[in-house]
Amino acid sequence: MKVTIDGIEIDVPKGTTILQAARMIGPEVAPPTMCYYSKLKTSGGYCRTCIVKVTQGSTANPNPMPKPVASCRTEVMDGMVVQNITSPEILEARKGVVEFLLINHPLDCPVCDQAGECKLQDLGYEHGSAKTRYEFKRREYDMIDIGDKIKLHMTRCILCYRCVKTCEQITDGRVHGVVHRGDAAEISTYIQQAVSNDFSGNVIDVCPVGALTDKTFRFKQRVWFTKPVDAHRKCDKCSGKVRLWFKGEEVLRVTARKDQWDEVEEFICNSCRFDHKKKTDWIIEGPSKISRQSVISQNHYENLNELKLQVLKQQKALGFIEFDKRP
Amino acid sequence: MGKKLLIHNDKVPGIETLQVYRANGGYASVEKALKSMSPDQVTDEVKKSGLRGRGGAGFPTGLKWSFLAKPEGVPRYLVCNADESEPGTFKDRYLMEKIPHALIEGMITSSYALGANLSYIYIRGEYFYVARILENAIKEAYEAGWLGKNILGTNFSHDCYVQVGGGAYICGEETALLESLEGKRGNPRIKPPFPAVAGLWGCPTVVNNVETIAAVAPIVNMGGEEYAKIGIGKSTGTKLISASGHINKPGVYEIELGIPVEEFIYSEEYCGGIRNGKKLKAVVAGGSSVPILPTELILKTAKGEPRLMTYESLADGGFQTGTMLGSGGFIVMDEDTSIVKNLFTFARFYHHESCGQCSPCREGTGWMEKILKKFLNGTATEADVDLLWDIQSKIEGKTICPLGEAAAWPVAAAIRHFKHEFIEIAKSKKFVDISHYNRLNKVRV
Repeated sequence: MKVTIDGIEIDVPKGTTILQAARMIGPEVAPPTMCYYSKLKTSGGYCRTCIVKVTQGSTANPNPMPKPVASCRTEVMDGMVVQNITSPEILEARKGVVEFLLINHPLDCPVCDQAGECKLQDLGYEHGSAKTRYEFKRREYDMIDIGDKIKLHMTRCILCYRCVKTCEQITDGRVHGVVHRGDAAEISTYIQQAVSNDFSGNVIDVCPVGALTDKTFRFKQRVWFTKPVDAHRKCDKCSGKVRLWFKGEEVLRVTARKDQWDEVEEFICNSCRFDHKKKTDWIIEGPSKISRQSVISQNHYENLNELKLQVLKQQKALGFIEFDKRP
Repeated sequence: MGKKLLIHNDKVPGIETLQVYRANGGYASVEKALKSMSPDQVTDEVKKSGLRGRGGAGFPTGLKWSFLAKPEGVPRYLVCNADESEPGTFKDRYLMEKIPHALIEGMITSSYALGANLSYIYIRGEYFYVARILENAIKEAYEAGWLGKNILGTNFSHDCYVQVGGGAYICGEETALLESLEGKRGNPRIKPPFPAVAGLWGCPTVVNNVETIAAVAPIVNMGGEEYAKIGIGKSTGTKLISASGHINKPGVYEIELGIPVEEFIYSEEYCGGIRNGKKLKAVVAGGSSVPILPTELILKTAKGEPRLMTYESLADGGFQTGTMLGSGGFIVMDEDTSIVKNLFTFARFYHHESCGQCSPCREGTGWMEKILKKFLNGTATEADVDLLWDIQSKIEGKTICPLGEAAAWPVAAAIRHFKHEFIEIAKSKKFVDISHYNRLNKVRV
């Protein structure tokens, strides 16, 4: 099927969504996403940041769609013509959506652990305005502990439903959902019941903002002062492929590896995430690829050679030699 | 006197019982359809009748039915949307309360046409007493053999259930209704797929309003062509109008589509004019979500033609100078009404009822309510009018379901036609007493 996005034509298989097609073309035309997550089924459609204008429905039915559509949930038709960044209307509408997402957000980035890897920060920077028009008291909630490792700070939540879908789809026994409605809606576990599943920690990774944070990492370090390193270990629950965040010799936190779109490549188990925080627990593969636009990449690799040397020493000491064979 | 097809018997004593209803010609359509017509013939009659959805959108019912996917071995469902929650609309309640069998008769006939062996009446939680009336009626119908296995000795079997909702406006949106019916949180689904393909439990489903389903019975009885003779153009048949506000005779009226709005407001047969001899100021013609129109535009269109009670005539002029027939919630306001205060009531409602799924509606409705409250507190400025306009334009059309539009339209229309009133209030800094709203707000979660 042929689809044209912002004047660029691409051939995609049937069943592809507009967003996926745009991502195939490249990050320049890919609409921003806050709630869509390619690894989670039925995610997307809620935040409305990825809305695009369909100026031609298909070759068979060339009429434009009457309203902007959520690109993450709309499948392409043959001959569809889509406008994303070339439509001033859409950019204006997206600005509106960003404003809506921010009016009840506390903007406490200076004390938020997500700062530096927050999707809302990026979105606000790219599409938001510098001043708010909202003059009322912002919504506030008490912080909740979901289990002993995860902190839920609803005040920062943008209700993307990603964590709800994660709990539904990769953990069994759903104890996590949305209660209340409208702008009083909140993510909650029923009666603050602990989420005690082996894979529950993944909600931290999928959260686009700082609403779900790792209690073993909270307030320890700003993310841009830590160094991401890919590593793995033998784990009988998950693939064991993780990203370690170093500060000096110390592993401050363990997360799943994320791809170009900031989405988890493989979900990891709680044991890897929370319980293995020693360098010796892991076989280190090397520094992670971080986008050059990211603040995290700003001061990481000045000691890259030294890091490589250290890694090599460790590998040799442990008797691993595969590392050297990497191109 | 206009022709009445739905509530002509509402004053007959005991009409809520099967015996009296049957004696007044009830269940004739079931007999006629099951004994002498094929399901497709019934659908054809509905198509010929030109019946349009009475819940608000006005989509042709026959067309909707013909979209229903009919794969082999998959059950099909008919769901009656009795979650009537639009402020200003109370026609379905009146119909179900007074003549419950009219709905059940329509349910059986429609289900026969659609090939549905199971149907649900999803009724809003606040109508619990109406649900009891319906349940009694269903019990009577089962006992008399109108429901159950092999109705009237034919192969057609049908079961009908009443499901009481939790009381949420959003559950009147058809996909949210289906979610709620499945026992989940009533959040609208993202379309496509449409319910006609994948509805209740993933099976093809038709969701129709109470009045639409009830209208199927007279259509089958009199024939689609005969029904189409009532009304004007594409607005055929009769429509229940819930008239409320500052009129002499508020209530539910059945009108033939096509009577002039002026006649509806001022004639003794219907509203009986504005109460206390006041002047008309504005009308919300189809439930709170449709644009409000000032006197000069509701009685006559922008072209100067008299405005009629039809889908087309009320929509004449688009949203610039027109409105919508909607669900038929006809709210009349006299000269003393404050449009801003009224708008605050509507905005407060939509804020309260937003499901919180998509961001523009979740955040925007609350923001609009807060700004409107500023007008009533006497703290608003003229810039707030422009801000309000900007916010509504950013909600409209950007949401998953039509609730976003329903929240944005009344705000847009009030500013479009009554901007001077907003500016007047902003300049005067007058405090408007809304203590009763504050009391209500305390109850809120």
